[in-house]
Amino acid sequence: MSQLPPQLTACPVCHEPLEPADNFCGGCGADLSAVPAAPGRARADGWRQPDTPVVRGADDYRLAPPAGGVPTQPAHGATPGGACAACRSGMIDKDGYCEHCGHAQPRERDHMEHESAGVAAVTDRGLRHHRNEDAYAVSTTDLAGGRTVVAVVSDGVSSASRPDEASAAACAAAHAALVEDLERGAPPREATHRAIVLAAEAVAGLAAAPAPRPREHEHYRQENAPACTIVSAIVTGDLLTVGWVGDSRAYWVPDDRATQPARLTEDDSWAAQMVAAGLMSEAEAYADERAHAITGWLGADAYEVEPHTASYHPDRPGVVIVCTDGLWNYAESAEHMAAVVPPDARTRPLECARRLLTHALDGGGHDNVTVAVLPFPAPREGAGSA
Amino acid sequence: MASMSPPSVPRFSVEVYQNVNLPEGGREVNAIVTVTAAGGPGEPSLPSGSLSPGSFSPGGHAPDAAVVVMVDCSGSMDYPPAKMRNARDATAAAIDALRDGVAFAVVAGTHQAREVYPGGGRLAVADATTRGQAKEALRKLGPGGGTAIGTWLRLADRLLSSSDASIRHGILLTDGRNEHEEPEALRASLDACAGRFTCDARGVGTDWEVKEVTGIASALLGSADIVADPAALAADFTSMMETVMGKEVGDVSLRLWTPQGAEVLFVKQMAPTVEELTDRRSAAGPRASDYPTGSWGDESRDYHVCVRVPSAHVGQEMLAARVSLVLPTPDGASPHVLAQGLVRAVWTDDLAASTSINPQVAHYTGQAELAQAIQQGLDLRKSGDVDGATAKLGRAVQLASRSGHEDTAKLLAKVVDVVDAANGTVRLKTKVSEEAEMTLETRSTKTVRVKK
Repeated sequence: MSQLPPQLTACPVCHEPLEPADNFCGGCGADLSAVPAAPGRARADGWRQPDTPVVRGADDYRLAPPAGGVPTQPAHGATPGGACAACRSGMIDKDGYCEHCGHAQPRERDHMEHESAGVAAVTDRGLRHHRNEDAYAVSTTDLAGGRTVVAVVSDGVSSASRPDEASAAACAAAHAALVEDLERGAPPREATHRAIVLAAEAVAGLAAAPAPRPREHEHYRQENAPACTIVSAIVTGDLLTVGWVGDSRAYWVPDDRATQPARLTEDDSWAAQMVAAGLMSEAEAYADERAHAITGWLGADAYEVEPHTASYHPDRPGVVIVCTDGLWNYAESAEHMAAVVPPDARTRPLECARRLLTHALDGGGHDNVTVAVLPFPAPREGAGSA
Repeated sequence: MASMSPPSVPRFSVEVYQNVNLPEGGREVNAIVTVTAAGGPGEPSLPSGSLSPGSFSPGGHAPDAAVVVMVDCSGSMDYPPAKMRNARDATAAAIDALRDGVAFAVVAGTHQAREVYPGGGRLAVADATTRGQAKEALRKLGPGGGTAIGTWLRLADRLLSSSDASIRHGILLTDGRNEHEEPEALRASLDACAGRFTCDARGVGTDWEVKEVTGIASALLGSADIVADPAALAADFTSMMETVMGKEVGDVSLRLWTPQGAEVLFVKQMAPTVEELTDRRSAAGPRASDYPTGSWGDESRDYHVCVRVPSAHVGQEMLAARVSLVLPTPDGASPHVLAQGLVRAVWTDDLAASTSINPQVAHYTGQAELAQAIQQGLDLRKSGDVDGATAKLGRAVQLASRSGHEDTAKLLAKVVDVVDAANGTVRLKTKVSEEAEMTLETRSTKTVRVKK
């Protein structure tokens, strides 16, 4: 991996055209390394102002755009020249590290939130992983058939290469396919099936394509093609449709806690297979160190992607929780999840998502945490939550 | 008015090989840094190795270089008489390999140093005439006197300092021990010359001291080798001079930035030879140090950098070192950064990730141990410790076999009888030629690169 000075295309002194590797102008001999980079250049690389507060307060969030998601390109941390978030005394270099203490700066994907009418989502790096390899894509669309809410959540497989890119690509591809198919009136289960297949192709494509920029040499990961899980939920009218591959989950939590909550997905995992085959009790299986080994995933090395889909007609109001195992490890059963979901989840879905994140972090935050909350039924048009 | 032409600097690139993952509480970060210089603007149009006297293609560039050849003319060069003749021929061959425009001089070394050509404390500029005159002057070289290498180096330094060439290089030939000055005097001369010019050193015959010759090359960032047969000198001198002519930039330093509270445990060149650089640091700002690397042509070298950083929590990431290649500017302003790479640390509770050793790091750790085992084994053998020498040289055989270092394995086989290479079982040979032992010791720091 080599880092050359910022590239100029023409000499700033005599305007002679330059080659990318030039350290000096071939025309006038000007030292190009001494020329400051063009203003605004760093911004174009995706830097974010360090002092833009992450939206955290109860009432200070801005109204999010109708669609939200994690960027497909990994984003870096703070603006070069800003102050370090770790030691508060150094400046940030152009690689995103502190010039004083060397600490990496928070990245955009470390913590992201979204809220629009009908859906809220939160993703967080957690406390033990150095980057966020989860992703989400959510949106609310008003179609001829009524308001349609789509949420997709994905968890990158850490033992494979570039898991953060895998999850972002899966979410983007599945979300785009869902919105497109639903707009042209496709049945939600059919759309879900196709969306997961397209997401699988997008992730498999990452294995063929080289990394968009030179990545660190992650030798112990390099054998495995990028891979991730996926789970989606669609709320259209009185219909709730879920689809998944892997061990990311969807739960149903009714407003009336006297009635039964439910888990809507069956993991593609070692533990779930053991339980399904009647070889172990659920408690035994999840206590095993192999419990989380997944038996289905999206990626070039997946045997055959078998999207699971299911549709439900809930007969009462509630919320759908769509999440990665970074959350459900701390609230495994539907009852446990329902106990953590606040009573006003349906009217304040972002607050609910944040509460669930806090629950996972308080439990240890051992993995990345991502959760989307979909009120059911979807709020009527014009009844925005902001 | 006159347009400044850009300095002919090759393109540098840096690659970092490491396992970035550290366990909770882990502090030591190891990385192999591969630095490659390629394709300077003045890349010669001649295929290398086809150089003939005075016939250089007009397209071939004249390197911005100055070279002084130091020839041992002590009395021992007369035994056998062919040695002096071969040294003269070799020096003539080296002069033939000088490109037009290169500044040069020839020094005769005994217990004092004497200018042979051009004289008067000057350097000549190579062309057909001066090459002819220099070779004519070599005829007058005759053996007689002692050996005080420090004086040769000091004269070379004076001559080279009269040139503002960016590549300043010496070629030193000796056949005997540095008997006519104290080791401290040589040490002081080396310290005075370090960083002012680079120097290759050769020992001809088998009456010289390996540690003296390798010490000169090491201190002055050049190569060391044995030329046991004086007849082979001319070819060796030609190839050394061609290497110098291929250099395109001098005085390059490896700059290491480390974060607050971090400590550089070591910096070693690992390929093509093992060269300890840790103690040669010079401060370059509050958290940066420079390590000299000398001059570069089209070539690639590997460095092993080991840094101890302050510990951080699991899930955190730190820049453990920023490695850059820098070239000082003539006016002393901030140096040009030719290329850079990042050494990172990421704390994780995934034991499989943090305990895996990067293959490059493992390979060079083995190569460093190999060089050390050979040197210790030969020292123990000289001091009569048969068991100690057998153990060390056995370990060396095992490491050479494991890493596929065939050249060193062959040299070792001339010093020990190998019973079982895989397990390192060896017997010391009772009769070992001095040449075999000195060749092994001189070349013990040569490494093989990891197969990629």
